[in-house]
Amino acid sequence: MSAFWNWYIIALVVANVVGIVWLLLATARRKRGVVEQATTGHIWDEDLQELNNPLPLWWLGLFLISVVFTACYLAFYPGLGSTVGALGWTSNKEVAADLDENRRKLEAVFARFRDQPIEQLERDPQAQTLGHNVFVNNCAACHGSDARGAKGYPNLTDGDWLYGGTPDTVVASIAKGRHGTMPPWAAVLGDQGIEEVANYVLTLSGQNADAALAAAGKARFTATCIACHGPEGKGNPLLGAPNLTDNIWLYGGTLDDIKASIRNGRSGSMPAWENVLGMDRVRLAAAWVLAQAPRAETATAAAPAAGEAGQP
Amino acid sequence: MKPLPKIALVDDSLYAAQAKVYPREIEGRFARLRTLAMFVLLGVFYVFPWLRWDGRQAVLFDLPARKFYVFGLTFWPQDFFWLAWLLIIAGLSLFFFTALAGRLWCGYACPQTVWTEVFLWIERACEGRRNQRIKLDAAPWNAEKLRRKGTKQLLWVGFAAWTGFTFVGFFTPITDLAREAANFSLSGWEAFWIVFYGFATYGNAGFLREQVCKYMCPYARFQSAMFDKDTLVISYDAARGDPRGARKRSADPKALGLGDCVDCEACVQVCPTGIDIRNGLQIECIACAACIDACDDVMDKMDYARGLIGYTTENRRAGKPLHVLRWRTLIYGGLLALLIGTFVWGIVHRAPLILEVLRDRNALYRRGSDGAIENSYTVKLVNKTEVAQRVRLAVADDSSVQIVDARDITLPAGQVTSVPLTLSAPAGHIQGKQTIKLQARSDDDRMAVVQSAQFFAPKEP
Repeated sequence: MSAFWNWYIIALVVANVVGIVWLLLATARRKRGVVEQATTGHIWDEDLQELNNPLPLWWLGLFLISVVFTACYLAFYPGLGSTVGALGWTSNKEVAADLDENRRKLEAVFARFRDQPIEQLERDPQAQTLGHNVFVNNCAACHGSDARGAKGYPNLTDGDWLYGGTPDTVVASIAKGRHGTMPPWAAVLGDQGIEEVANYVLTLSGQNADAALAAAGKARFTATCIACHGPEGKGNPLLGAPNLTDNIWLYGGTLDDIKASIRNGRSGSMPAWENVLGMDRVRLAAAWVLAQAPRAETATAAAPAAGEAGQP
Repeated sequence: MKPLPKIALVDDSLYAAQAKVYPREIEGRFARLRTLAMFVLLGVFYVFPWLRWDGRQAVLFDLPARKFYVFGLTFWPQDFFWLAWLLIIAGLSLFFFTALAGRLWCGYACPQTVWTEVFLWIERACEGRRNQRIKLDAAPWNAEKLRRKGTKQLLWVGFAAWTGFTFVGFFTPITDLAREAANFSLSGWEAFWIVFYGFATYGNAGFLREQVCKYMCPYARFQSAMFDKDTLVISYDAARGDPRGARKRSADPKALGLGDCVDCEACVQVCPTGIDIRNGLQIECIACAACIDACDDVMDKMDYARGLIGYTTENRRAGKPLHVLRWRTLIYGGLLALLIGTFVWGIVHRAPLILEVLRDRNALYRRGSDGAIENSYTVKLVNKTEVAQRVRLAVADDSSVQIVDARDITLPAGQVTSVPLTLSAPAGHIQGKQTIKLQARSDDDRMAVVQSAQFFAPKEP
């Protein structure tokens, strides 16, 4: 605040308070002299009159108390221009104090989970509740509130992991983000080549395809695609290259979808959440997500009814 | 136009100190009625927070948890509607009772009247009867005056503090509050509100008293608009009483040319607002009927008929019959009965289970590898009961639409549970948008609730 506005506000406030006190005292001492009849002289509806009784004295007291309150308020709190007041209170400090307190409360909750492995968090009801909340607030916008994804956003409940499904890789996917790129192959393969490769890819997951085209496509696939998708088309989690044999499709599994993926390429991006959420929340979200997916060894017990987990 | 009393104001101030009112103690029919109302109302106030129900405080308005407990009922924010309903009932009751018998509320039930009465009792116990109190106030300060006034203040402050404590005890569990108060470990806000309400009680009932009714209360200002000529009001029978004058008990008033009023001013001395009822209906009158009791007492002593001051209507004073049942009271009463009836019915039939289905706001639909169309939702289930419930979700109106991974959901007592839900429709079954009905049913079949939701699928399969 510049010096002018500072003094402008101080002058306004002081002038108002002084003006009100003057008005109060001036009207209180009003000389009325002898009044013949105790009415204001107004008449409504033929015979309604207003009495002109004096106000109770305590009313004046209330006005004066509010003036005193004003003086105290201005002494303790900011109000006179840029003066801070005796208490040094500002709304910024209050927000900071509230945030601090909130952080302290959360710290007490998160500290318990910090040293526990993800596998343990998957069975902890409180961790699951917190992880679910983190997921709903941050992840569900793309992956859906049921975590089953959408076109271009992977389904997290099917046990198929583009970058690997161990706790460490899932935590890394959330914390650091992922960027999966499939280059466009239109220039290399040409229309015919795309048709052939797409038909071959269909056969990998056991779908109906034109046998002749697929046979021709196999050679092209071996020449161009196996670097990422592997000789059997099983993909490579290190690169995020999808498994083409499991009939799980991020961008759709029809012939048209596959041709579009080959022709134009695909580019999928998962943002890095570490700086947004902090590692405590990232781990809780990872634990919830992992609890939704079936695992090879615990597929039958994977239902997330984590009630009987035996945690204290 | 009725001429107003002429008052020569020589005062040169806009403000005037208010003369202190010393209401005289009174016994009689209406005083007993008011004492009864006082014991019932204050009893409710001071005792209710201490009652227990199902292991919790019976009446507790838990603002941080946003739950109001009233004995067996738990009110949620979703039930706020009923509070509005209750306020409408309260408002209409004011209309009904005012039209019927004037300011019944003011005279018998208003907290201002009730607490003032308690403070007056304390004042009488410490400072004596009306004359003694006037004399004590006029006397110079001495040990006796200090002792009497000091005792009164001590009792007032104690009672006011207890009132503030009880009030806060409706909002924060009173047993915890008592423990904290005993350990001097009250939180800042609890202490503030106890002191605030204690101070308000002390100031209003100890000092402001009738000033609240005369200068602060809005009801006092607009109640006269609800009166009609058949409203029961307290009034002095001028035709019978005037001309007023003192006389011996044995004297014949007719021979002396006097009416029945012996001008003893008992009615003025008992008045808690310091008015003379014989001047007619006045805005200050809170209809406490103390003057009726006082006058009846004098009439009994004089062997005159009671009722020189009494409840009557404007029409009755003019010689017309009393009309308690009339269009105004019948319509108000009928509306009131209807509102109370629906209120009770609604409270009894409140849904103990609430189901909300929120559609995901991302992709409209997704296609499974078998071509089935899936939509995802968040389901919020509110269990308003005090026991855990198990519920099962089902699509009520379209058996082809299936819930993916359907399983029973456990709802903890008195909590909101949020679960993801995936609905799946076979390829081509739904085209475009379809409204479906989702049902939640408790496994004991005692609670069921249906909510509609939208399902989206491509227009062409």
